[in-house]
Parts: sequence; structure tokens; C-alpha cells
Amino acid sequence: MKMLINVAETVVADALRGMAAAHPDLTIDVDNRVIVRRDAPVEGKVALVSGGGSGHEPLHGGFVGPGMLSAACPGEVFTSPVPDQMVRAAAAVDSGAGVLFVVKNYTGDVLNFDMAAELAEDEGIQVAKVLVNDDVAVTDSLYTAGRRGTGATLYVEKIAGAAADEGQPLERVEAIARRVNENARSFGVALSACSTPAKGSPTFDLPSGELELGVGIHGEPGRERRPMMTSSEIADYAVDVVLGDLQPRNPVLVLVNGMGATPLLELYGFNAEVQRVLAERGVVVAHTLVGNYVTSLDMAGASVTLCQVDEELLRLWNAPVRTAGLRWGI
Amino acid sequence: MLDAAFFRHWLTSAAALVDREAQRLTELDSPIGDADHGSNLQRGFAAVVATLEKDAPATPGAVLTLAGRQLISTVGGASGPLYGTLLRRTGKALGDAPEVSEQEFADALRAGVDAVSALGGAAHGDKTMLDALVPAVDALSESFDAARAAADEGALATTPLQARKGRASYLGERSIGHQDPGATSSALLFDALAQTAEAGRG
Repeated sequence: MKMLINVAETVVADALRGMAAAHPDLTIDVDNRVIVRRDAPVEGKVALVSGGGSGHEPLHGGFVGPGMLSAACPGEVFTSPVPDQMVRAAAAVDSGAGVLFVVKNYTGDVLNFDMAAELAEDEGIQVAKVLVNDDVAVTDSLYTAGRRGTGATLYVEKIAGAAADEGQPLERVEAIARRVNENARSFGVALSACSTPAKGSPTFDLPSGELELGVGIHGEPGRERRPMMTSSEIADYAVDVVLGDLQPRNPVLVLVNGMGATPLLELYGFNAEVQRVLAERGVVVAHTLVGNYVTSLDMAGASVTLCQVDEELLRLWNAPVRTAGLRWGI
Repeated sequence: MLDAAFFRHWLTSAAALVDREAQRLTELDSPIGDADHGSNLQRGFAAVVATLEKDAPATPGAVLTLAGRQLISTVGGASGPLYGTLLRRTGKALGDAPEVSEQEFADALRAGVDAVSALGGAAHGDKTMLDALVPAVDALSESFDAARAAADEGALATTPLQARKGRASYLGERSIGHQDPGATSSALLFDALAQTAEAGRG
């Protein structure tokens, strides 16, 4: 497996140094692994802090900036960050209005953010947490760690970030973040496995003629394996699984997300099929985003996230944002 | 009686074992987790050794508490908080005593294992590190060697189980047939413990 890296041990630090050079709007503490918007703390504004394993770029560091996250903590590849990073980030961005931790539902992220919340509160920082768990591929939550957090994270961070930028108080920002999560569902498919730098080879075995339906963003298997399907068949399957769990009465935001190694040519083609299925099912689309936003290193494949929005959520979605990975209106 | 030096030796041997077995742990973590268990623990235990050399805590409780804090600060993932909590809670249960008996250590370690169970919400049989920790602690009152054997056996016994916690749980039935990497690394801790006891007794 060839990778454009030096050694596995410095992959995250090297990426952060490069990110700092490319994005002068960000303050990046490479040693402590904290990415902060340069103008933080913003007086009177609730701060949003998120983080998770590296390897999902632009999530989360690429979503730091006005209108979205105040800070992000990248962990090692596919490994949650440690509480020290989160506390450091919270202290750097808290203006006194409190901090919302946006946590994806993975055991490691949950445990570390829980510990960080306690430590931050010991330092006098008011902390609220929202857990993102949108992946409908995980069916039997009683016997698993529960639904994973995937594409909806982008919607939670963007919409709650806009609410925070408006000066809304912590309880309000937290409630909006929760509402976004409750109204969002995702489903992913993998056409190939990803390779972590530490292992240097594919983390699971997916024969070339098969695809994994319901894959997670670390290559965790989902519902089933099938012989390769067409883009149209995959869209039917994925959208129907999502709609089986979320029956939207309002318009939806659509995220057709690449896992890292699927070209835009294929993603746009897949989006055409997703839009066709949604139209056939009578679902109204308010906005569509196509691209690599919540990736899984070099995995080929895509996920579909639908997020039902009311007027307030749509207004906040459309509000200006200026980050490395998402940018409009400013 | 066991003193601070005994616990420093334990953790240093554990670090050496984790270092030696890191690749294997990562391989075990690859089909059912995310292929980083070995490298994460390697980083954490190396930091533990470094901090114990620098600070040289004087009591068993202080050695374990400091080591646990260091794991929480460096490992990440689920294993950082879980192993960190195991050592930290064990250390806290030992208090300030300059030396502890084997039975006191066994009781403290049980408190640590209970804390791991509470934090992760897992129980024996869920195909996690507890499958090695619980039988090992049960056997610890007997001897360090018995604890090592029980931990090994517990780790091996995870192979036919279906995972119910952590990332492996997403595999459902497909997690069957793979030995749990967390139980395997927990068995390394007890291997190191038995080695330390053997060395101490000459």
C-alpha cells in the first residue's frame, strides 16, 4: 500500500502543519492538537467544540470558523482525541457563554468527551453535550454500542454553529443541535476498504465484485454484503432505508457524501439517482450538498444523509459560514 | 508486601510487552475494530514509563493513579479512558499506604475492574477487556500466576463470542470467530504482573 506520508506516527501532526500553512484563519496548536478559529473567544457567543479521530477530513478541523465550530480536536487516525485536548480547546474558545461539545456516538468519543466535560466544569466552564447518532445501518441498538454518528454531524455543526453566531444562549444552541440530530438519518455504502497508516493495508477484506451496504466511517460493516450494484440500485436501497426510519413531512437537506476515494464524477451521478428516488417518494429537497465531507481515508463509496428542516433550521443552514471545508455567504 | 517499586516494575514490563505485541494487537483489531489498538496502547504505555521515571511516585497508589491519568491523556479511543480508569481507580483504592498486601491489591484491582465495567457499560461475556479482567481478578487472590492463566484463558474464550460493546458490536454475528483485542491486551497486563512477581521473588 503506497501512501503520501513520512511515517505513520507523524501523519496527524504533519497534516496539521500543512493545514496551518493553508488556512491563516485558523490557529493550530500542532503539539496539543487543537484547531481554533483565529478570532476566538468571541465575546458573548456560545462556543462549539467537536472532535474525533483523524481520517475523516474535512471533518472536524475543516469545519472550524465563523458560522460553524469554534474549535476542533483531531485524535490519532480513527482514534478519539483525549480529554486534555478537549479541555484545552474549550478553555481557548469559551467567552463565558458556555461550550457545546458535539460528540459522535462512538464509545471512545463518548468516554473522552464525558471526562473532558467534567474537567472543564471543574475549571468553571459551562458545558453542554449533544450526541450525534444518525446511522440507520445500525439496527439493533440494544446489542450494539448504538447508532453511529456520521453525516448528520455536518448538519449539527453548521446549524448549531449558526445559532451560536446569532448569540443564542447555550440551552437554545444545545436544543437546536439535538433537533437537527433527531431529524437526520444516514446510510453509507463501501465499494472498497480503507487503509490506516498504522496498519498500512486495507482494514477489512472486501472482494472486488462486492459492496458493503451500511458501512460505517471507520469501515465498520453494516447490514449486508451484495454483489456490486449500479448507482441507481444503490440509491434506491440507501434512500429507502433512510426513509424507512425518517418519514419527512417537511423539506429535507440532502448530503451525498464521498468516503474519500470516490470521484466527484461518480458522486454527482449518484446524486442524480438519489434525487430521482426522493422525487419518486414525494420528498421535497431544500438544499443539496455533494462532495467529500465526512470521509474514511481512502475508502471508495458514499453515504446519503437526509435532514428534515423547519423554517428555523433552514434559515440557520443558509446562514453565512466560512471554514476550510464549507463556505458560503461571507 | 508490594511497594511502589513493584508497581513501577509491573507497568514497565507491561509497556515492554505491549511494545512487543503492538503489531499483533493491531492485527486483531483490524477485522473487528479499526486497526489501532496496538499503536494506541504502545503510545500510552511509553508515556507511562516516561512519566514514572520523571516523577517517581512514592506509594503504590500514587504510581497507579499517575499511570492511569497518563493513559487517559495519551491513548484516546475507548481504551484510553477504560485502561486509565482501571489503573486510576485501583490506585485510589490503595490510598496512601507505602506498601500493600497481595490481598489488598486484589481488592483494589476489583474496584478498578468494577469502575471499568460501570464506565463502559459492559459486563463479562460482552467480548471486551472485561472478559480477561474479571476472571483474572477472581484468580488473583490465589496467585499472580493463576491470574495470568485466567486472563489468557478469558482472552482466548472471547473468540466464539458475539461483541455487544464498542466498535466490534457493529459486526454483529460477523464478530464471532475473532479474538477480542482488548481482552488480549488485558491479558498482557497480567502476564507482566506475573513476570514482575516472579522476578521479585528471585
